[in-house]
Amino acid sequence: MLAKRIIPCLDVRNGRVVKGQKFQNIVDVDDPVKLAKVYSDLGADELVFYDITASNEERNIFIDVVERTAEQVHIPFTVGGGIRTVEDFRKVLNAGADKVSVNSAAVKNPTIITEAAEKFGSQCVVLSIDAKRNEHNNWNVFVNGGRIDTGMDALEWAIEGEKLGAGEIVVNAMDSDGIKTGFSIDITKKIAESVKIPVVASGGAGTEEHFREVLVEGSADAALAASVFHYGEIQIKDLKEYLYDKGVEVRRV
Amino acid sequence: MIGIIDYGAGNLKSVHHALTKLGFASEIVSTEERINESKALILPGVGAFKDAMDNLKQVSLINCIKENVQAGKPILGICLGMQLFYETSFENGEWEGLGLLEGKVVRFDHELKVPHMGWNNLIPGPQYEADNGIGKEVTKGEYSYFVHSYYVDPENKEEVVFYSDYGLEFPAVVQKDNIYGMQFHPEKSSETGMKLLKNFGELIK
Repeated sequence: MLAKRIIPCLDVRNGRVVKGQKFQNIVDVDDPVKLAKVYSDLGADELVFYDITASNEERNIFIDVVERTAEQVHIPFTVGGGIRTVEDFRKVLNAGADKVSVNSAAVKNPTIITEAAEKFGSQCVVLSIDAKRNEHNNWNVFVNGGRIDTGMDALEWAIEGEKLGAGEIVVNAMDSDGIKTGFSIDITKKIAESVKIPVVASGGAGTEEHFREVLVEGSADAALAASVFHYGEIQIKDLKEYLYDKGVEVRRV
Repeated sequence: MIGIIDYGAGNLKSVHHALTKLGFASEIVSTEERINESKALILPGVGAFKDAMDNLKQVSLINCIKENVQAGKPILGICLGMQLFYETSFENGEWEGLGLLEGKVVRFDHELKVPHMGWNNLIPGPQYEADNGIGKEVTKGEYSYFVHSYYVDPENKEEVVFYSDYGLEFPAVVQKDNIYGMQFHPEKSSETGMKLLKNFGELIK
């Protein structure tokens, strides 16, 4: 049976892993390649690297991180952050990434999803959606690191993304990002049940039960988290045992 | 030296890195000469079946690959590379493959999500029970990493080393004589994948 995936996310800046709460208050954590290898050994099913750098110089350091990870880590990994063109896709895929996620660029220019899918295959095109609940209890799509409300409906955008050629969708619920009160079950479930491609839940992991909840009640195919893993609050190995005991199909190592 | 055949089918470095870690010399090869000099071959592949066959024709490597296989050289097809070994694919049309193995490539036609993406278990098949070397030290239930929308429906079920289950049982690892196929990505399947690649590398005498 296909296993539910547990995915640690590494925000990388200037060659280091950082983790912000609600996209602010960034603090230093560790060497990304070292951390990636540790997570892989502990049973992470996949990894995500987000490039949160600003300058071109830092961008090259990031590509170097991707290359070194591909050399040393033998599980799939996704790269996101700052992807604007099909050429950006090519660069990170050539550096060894298995998938590439787009967010703001896809909102500005949806054809990038189709072009990348045609060139490299849908399996490597991930549409990442930053979503925040509005006053009508629907979810709006935000861009530019959560700073700009596009007014677009997150569920509609996810369905459109699948049509355009995305092979996977990451739903990052901004309300719960970094505050450890649990994943946002309702938007994750709505999207997971409306598309026929895998959906990854992101934002809000605080306890082992939060993971079970979003994978079972939220119908997510995978769950992504950062700080609970980086700070050792949840061990991936223990989390897998917990989920297994609760009857969730997971790959245990 | 294991030759990883480059015919424009995407990133080949992961396979190369994994073999290097296991201590096997490998090289990305794209000419008849280097393919002939390789002790074993790997045919990778991502993307569409038709495009891959068109690329192989364009670089004029089809006969070279077939001759090497007929001469008994071990060859491993990974993901789409495995599917190319078969006679026919029904991926958006009907396309002729290399015809090294008998059977067809068909789409998952059920309510489950497609692509079949993620980690799934290996279930021993007839060829595993026959004490096949490629499955050495890999036990029932181990996971490997799959990304695909089509699967192989083989003519000869006894060629199946491992099945996997995604709504139906489909071949995850096949073997006939010197021809090996893996539907998943061993280079991305952590320790299980490394064991399988090691078993393949050790076929070189």
